Amino acid sequence: MSRVRVATPLGLHIPGTSVVHRAPAGLKLALLAALGTVVAFVREPLPALGLLGFVAATWLLARLPLRALRQVRGVAVLLVALGAFRWWAAGPGAAVGMVAGLSAVVLAAAVVTATTPTDEIVAVLVRGLRALARVPLLGRVVVPESFALAVALVLRTVPTLLDVAQGARDAARARGVRGPRAWLLPTLLRTVGHAVRTGEAIHARGLLDTARTS
Amino acid sequence: MTAPATTRTPRRTPAERARDLALIATFAALTAACALTSVAFSAVPVPVTLQTFAVLLAGAVLGPWRGTAAIGLYLAVGAAGLPVFAGGTGGLASFAGPSGGYLMAFPFAALVVGLAVRAAGRRGPLGTGVAVAVGVTAATALTYAVGVPVLAARTAMDAAAAWTFNWGFVPFDAVKAALVVVAAPAVLRAFPMLRGARAPRALAPEIAAA
Amino acid sequence: MGGTAVPPTGVLELDGAGVAVVDGEGGTRTLLHPTTLTLSERRVAVVGANGSGKSTLVRLLDGLLTPTTGAVRVHGLDTRRDGARVRGLVGLLFADPEAQLLMPTPLEDVALSLRHLPRRERTERATELLVDVGLGGHLHQPVATLSGGQKQLLALTSVLAAEPAVLLADEPTTLLDLRWKAHVEALLDALPQQVVTVTHDLEAAARAERVVVVDGGRIVADGSPAAALATYRDLMAGLPPELAARDAR
Repeated sequence: MSRVRVATPLGLHIPGTSVVHRAPAGLKLALLAALGTVVAFVREPLPALGLLGFVAATWLLARLPLRALRQVRGVAVLLVALGAFRWWAAGPGAAVGMVAGLSAVVLAAAVVTATTPTDEIVAVLVRGLRALARVPLLGRVVVPESFALAVALVLRTVPTLLDVAQGARDAARARGVRGPRAWLLPTLLRTVGHAVRTGEAIHARGLLDTARTS
Repeated sequence: MTAPATTRTPRRTPAERARDLALIATFAALTAACALTSVAFSAVPVPVTLQTFAVLLAGAVLGPWRGTAAIGLYLAVGAAGLPVFAGGTGGLASFAGPSGGYLMAFPFAALVVGLAVRAAGRRGPLGTGVAVAVGVTAATALTYAVGVPVLAARTAMDAAAAWTFNWGFVPFDAVKAALVVVAAPAVLRAFPMLRGARAPRALAPEIAAA
Repeated sequence: MGGTAVPPTGVLELDGAGVAVVDGEGGTRTLLHPTTLTLSERRVAVVGANGSGKSTLVRLLDGLLTPTTGAVRVHGLDTRRDGARVRGLVGLLFADPEAQLLMPTPLEDVALSLRHLPRRERTERATELLVDVGLGGHLHQPVATLSGGQKQLLALTSVLAAEPAVLLADEPTTLLDLRWKAHVEALLDALPQQVVTVTHDLEAAARAERVVVVDGGRIVADGSPAAALATYRDLMAGLPPELAARDAR
């Protein structure tokens, strides 16, 4: 366990003015969910390629730069591996059908992510939670306002934790200690410490106080 | 009014609720950071992420409610299209993709570990370690029980082939589970306040997202 | 920055307030012995050694900690009973902005303090505030990529956006380089609000109207900067007590 690689940090939204950028976030997420559902049932190569072509057209319509593709690298590797397996097990047609279908969904997700600001996506989720909160029993459990805060907090915290881990790895290296235990545990302890201080900040800024009353 | 600060109150104080929210969000973020970090084991060419390590750890360290909420929040953030899943992917595609079943099992895995640690109660580091070991084993089995059939269905493999494919991950999962067994008791010992947690009367909102 | 109206300087009161916590071995540890203190000056500095109880004092005034004995009142409001209203009156600035900045971008973080405004106004006002402090060019830049000084400036802007009547600053310049330290200090000095600063920086403490020295969970000096800081300097001569105990053995 010597080499550690960190994938793309957050911040995949790429501002723009295209039709895709301007489309409501809720609509885009709904279409993405619909596409995912359709692809789950598509096995034939031609319809799958058709879907992929449709998504690729959306990509062009949004005029996204190539760097928006960074986010799909990981899944691309998995898809190639599974595609190779499928080719071997069931022939090229089945392999193309599966890889094209799944690629369509993955690419569509990349398009939605790149064209929609985070807060709009969160606003959609909060609207969904508001609807849930009106359901009699769930209403006691769901607090949409603090959910939005929690989502933003996750986005804010990921880079911090990547820094914390990097710092812990550097410290371990400086002391000549190797292996994950030398940096993993310090990282975890600092992570919990960070969470405790963040809790103090949430409390001091009175954020849950207003979530409650509004 | 002059009760010591550590006295358990049936309702969580505003400060505790703020801390719970921060812990839930921070562990969701930790899971994302772990999923974005791939560690290359020297013997194997495939990079492996620490995602499942974080899932199991959240349950062990935060307990069943906050742990489940943290992982549910993580999935919600990913489902919203943010690239927090293994290798910098995100979106509903990951749920629709071949390994979607594993993802959907994660909150339940955290719940199982959390319940195991809680059932063991406050014991020494060794007792806690045993509880964590039992918990992560059960949780990993649960993850496979959901993930493998979904993998089989999505890729039109037969069940036996899917299980064979799954066996390839077992050694890595074992290493990650072992890391949790080592790390969780140490974290709990360093932050005794984490054990003071009980289920809030109204569950944390993030659970609903799970 | 921030202050459109000058809030009245109210009174911060510790009324026999003390904090004891249960430590790891089940014994109790006193963080602050019962203390009575009334702060009405516009600029108060709290100094003390590491672990002396000064952070406890500040956390009591914000209601982050509730006293285990006695009571704490901010502008007459009990921090235990009226916690939410006290948190509305008091702003807290930490030494490390890392945990204090909760949103991914500066604009969102400041807007978070303006939740009482309608959405559009919120963004306008947050933009205004950020432009005022010189962060206008970083509205949408990920917070993680700001410099340490920019982060602390943003934390201060977010706290002040809520227009608190009192600002508590817990070592606000400890992590800053000299230029940022001078800048943040100048901003704090110019505030119309009452400001209570915990600091190790005696030059900054000397500019306060009143200095409170905390040691071993007790207030050991309190008064004009000159007298209180002289006591503090005497107190800090010699080895730290943890090390002195080792030498005596």
